[in-house]
Amino acid sequence: MSIESATAAPTREELAAQVRRTVLLEAEIAGSGHYGPSLSCTDLLVALYTDLLRVDPADPDAAWRDRLVLSKGHACSALYAVLAQRGFFAADLLRTYTRLGTAFGDHPDMKKVPGVDFSAGALGHGLSVAVGMALHARLRADGARTVAILGDGELNEGQIWEAAGFAGANRLSGLVAIVDVNTVCVDGTTREVLDYEPLGDKWAAFGWEVERIDGHDFDAIDGALGRFAQRHSDGGRPTVILADTVAGKGVPPIEGMAEWHIGYLGGADLDAALLTVASTGGN
Amino acid sequence: MTLLRQPTILQDPVSFDHEGKAGYPSRSIGTILADLADDDPRIMAGSADLTWSTFLADFAERHPDRFVQAGIAERNMLGIAAGLASCGALPYVSTFSAFASLQSLDVIRNDAAYTNLPVRIIGTHTGVSMGYFGSSHHAIEDIGALRSIPNLTVLSPADHTATEALVRATVDASGPVYLRLGRGASGPDVYESQGEVVFGEAATVRRGSGVLVVATGITVHAARDAADALRAAHIAEPTVVDVHTIRPFPAEQIAALAAAHEVVVVVEDHMVDGGLGTSVITALSEHGVAVPVHRHGLRDFAIFGPPTHLYRYYGLDAAGIAVVVERAAQHPSAGPRVPLWGEADMRRELEAQQEADRVRKPEVVFE
Repeated sequence: MSIESATAAPTREELAAQVRRTVLLEAEIAGSGHYGPSLSCTDLLVALYTDLLRVDPADPDAAWRDRLVLSKGHACSALYAVLAQRGFFAADLLRTYTRLGTAFGDHPDMKKVPGVDFSAGALGHGLSVAVGMALHARLRADGARTVAILGDGELNEGQIWEAAGFAGANRLSGLVAIVDVNTVCVDGTTREVLDYEPLGDKWAAFGWEVERIDGHDFDAIDGALGRFAQRHSDGGRPTVILADTVAGKGVPPIEGMAEWHIGYLGGADLDAALLTVASTGGN
Repeated sequence: MTLLRQPTILQDPVSFDHEGKAGYPSRSIGTILADLADDDPRIMAGSADLTWSTFLADFAERHPDRFVQAGIAERNMLGIAAGLASCGALPYVSTFSAFASLQSLDVIRNDAAYTNLPVRIIGTHTGVSMGYFGSSHHAIEDIGALRSIPNLTVLSPADHTATEALVRATVDASGPVYLRLGRGASGPDVYESQGEVVFGEAATVRRGSGVLVVATGITVHAARDAADALRAAHIAEPTVVDVHTIRPFPAEQIAALAAAHEVVVVVEDHMVDGGLGTSVITALSEHGVAVPVHRHGLRDFAIFGPPTHLYRYYGLDAAGIAVVVERAAQHPSAGPRVPLWGEADMRRELEAQQEADRVRKPEVVFE
């Protein structure tokens, strides 16, 4: 290994592997974890906080910042990992995850965790909140972007479509909704529980520009986010990125399984998962 | 939809998937409803993507044609239930209490209560029993919100036996019913037979003197255990009464019971404003009973933590309730009603737990 490569900035694959490791260890602290929905949006969060979002960990409440609403708040173990990676707080604090008196519950809390732009937990709320943030950014005219990360199961909630209709009608170009299409919810696959495909047609009908990508392909994520940023500069329509993902991505025994929306991988299963995850960060 | 769970290839017995360590309970609200539905074609059930979590799966498996999977859309589920009820069905729809009550409040009010239709709403994982899932998943205001809605019956059973007794007692009630359940599974038992639980009447769980402890739902077993501990230690012999029927509130009965005691302690996993304690104070006031009432419950949004730790922190476990009852017994008529479980108590419990957590799982190192 050359000195140059040894000191180079970590790749996004390496960053994502570290986030997945943190997700697994948070669940070890808690005794259970939302593995499926946290690991499915890990690559999206890494890409957003590496390449798109203009935020300052030293000044997490800066008025001019881009904002991210994790509407599917049950994936917060991945968000905490990314925020720690960016330096919003010391990673060691995650040893308190879910323990009595913690700032780090199993849904994100804006009043407790630096870098969390809005509290979440009850599904269906986050897109409306993001619309409010995008409206204010338009008033401020500072070009700030607003990201809402939604679950595909969450699209069942009616308020999502109230917000979608408002954003479309008001051409909120600074708003991007990213749907983590991991195709499972709690009772089964989204297709079994309540089939909302074709998703793209629905968003387009509400006045959104639709991107459909592989949510684990960093180049594809970059491309879609870049087109969103360009549309924002041009004053276009809001963007939805339908990111096809795999629940539990990176831990093969549980990938794609609704049964692993929540659960616990301990002992030898945790060791095996950590090894597998570590092996994904080096290429 | 089919209700199949896929097994995972796991290597370590400590691991578990969504069904949890103990697997699926043999008796559940789904079993109760499925048994009733065997003989009553009006009965239906519905879930908002929480069929296993709220223990309805038995119903979905045994009566799939009468089961509604609403997806993650709680308000829509409540509206669908109202429509079904208007056509003669008896729909029991279930989700976590936080979503079943507050999120859907105007659907309950307008489509089930004003219309006075037999919609049955089952809110599970109530109070702070969702622990570290956080405030969005805590239902600490549902009694307060629902007890003011006309036509609505509000029930809060303490265990599975009481749940079955109250479900059966209200199956033919003409108007809407809200059932406030704990974690939905089989918590510690309070009753041996359904005959001990009579709809509309408070149930005396322990008979004593001096302090009257009024409890509901998942605080009843803790209050009972506290009373037993105090009696065994010769500190106090409190009466414990379970108000499982919160609305219509058994005001006359509670007032009469209170009048026979020196002080009342109301224990609830709910905000003290608007909760069970408010109903008790109102009942005593309206019946001219001047016995002091201490409300022991939550006074703010809860902190986060494992459920058992939260109950300990808020003094809502047996040990905490025993402390509160002992303090009430020592100063039954002390001036203004300051909380009998205060900031110092909570700080002590928090510091003890955080100290234990600091040395827990040292092998977990975040980078």
